[in-house]
Amino acid sequence: MSDTHELHQTDLAPGEERGVSVKYRVFGYLIGLGLAVLLTATSFFVAGTDLVWQPSIPVAIIVLAIAQMGVHLVFFLHITTGADNTNNVMALAFGLLIIFLVIGGSLWIMDHLNQNMMPMDQIMQMQR
Amino acid sequence: MTDLAVAHGHDADVIGLDAVHDGPAPKRIVTLYGFWIFLLSDMVMFSCFFAAYAVLLGQTAGGPSGAQLFNLRNVAIETGCLLLSSFACGMASIAAEERNHFWFQIAMAVTCVLGLAFLWIEFHEFADLVARGAGPSRSAFLSAFFTLVGCHGLHVSGGTLWLLTMMAQVFAKGFRADIQRRFLCFALFWHALDIIWVAVFSVVYLLGSAV
Repeated sequence: MSDTHELHQTDLAPGEERGVSVKYRVFGYLIGLGLAVLLTATSFFVAGTDLVWQPSIPVAIIVLAIAQMGVHLVFFLHITTGADNTNNVMALAFGLLIIFLVIGGSLWIMDHLNQNMMPMDQIMQMQR
Repeated sequence: MTDLAVAHGHDADVIGLDAVHDGPAPKRIVTLYGFWIFLLSDMVMFSCFFAAYAVLLGQTAGGPSGAQLFNLRNVAIETGCLLLSSFACGMASIAAEERNHFWFQIAMAVTCVLGLAFLWIEFHEFADLVARGAGPSRSAFLSAFFTLVGCHGLHVSGGTLWLLTMMAQVFAKGFRADIQRRFLCFALFWHALDIIWVAVFSVVYLLGSAV
């Protein structure tokens, strides 16, 4: 009963944690820092090594970057899937949709334009 | 049994009242939510610069490419600076909630020093590139590079000014509710900058020097 009562009263603002001890909060940031360092180190390692199949490297770097952004969101900005966080997550989801459309759309369209474009020397010839 | 039923009924009443009089959200939630929307729109703006960079990555106009220009050791140091400053900023937000002046100022000072170290390295990198004839006007690739990374650098510079303002305000006015709100906005901003830097070092530097 009291749980639902609490939920009604207290939505969480983005970045806000409530009702946890200092020790626990510091621990949360330490976990976040540890994971972030691990992921960063991995992506720098992957970028500079010959041990990994070369064509997979760009995908690996992007996946590691997305994972690290997730770690930052959860452990540093405290954006979680809890019921008190719904508004923040919905705003984030909309932002991600726009970001995906902008980046994915640009790359897709410009790649096709590039492929359909006449090579530069032929354009120069036509202009003479 | 009857006691339980009475208690139960009473609780339900309270909840009913709550649902009816569920007035406007507290100011700190409204403020921070608004700032969260701003941060997301800032990220949308950065996504445009990222899209431009990704499209123009190969357009070096015969000039130097990323692999020839980027010094990944410096990038790793910059990444470490920002990551640790994000952590220090987290410590500052715990201290702010505990209203502990001493640890707040220490954590903020550490955040500030690490942010300035980041800016120092980045400034030298830019100056070095321009001195080597690889300035923003050299090629479309370098224009996109300087716009994206420079825009992030400007955000960090602005964040550092904001950080110093927050230190001064907490020192002069204490942990008042409005100061706390401003500080929470600042903390969100600083962590969001770190998220954008993750994308910068992955896409710009690591992918850019792989191509």
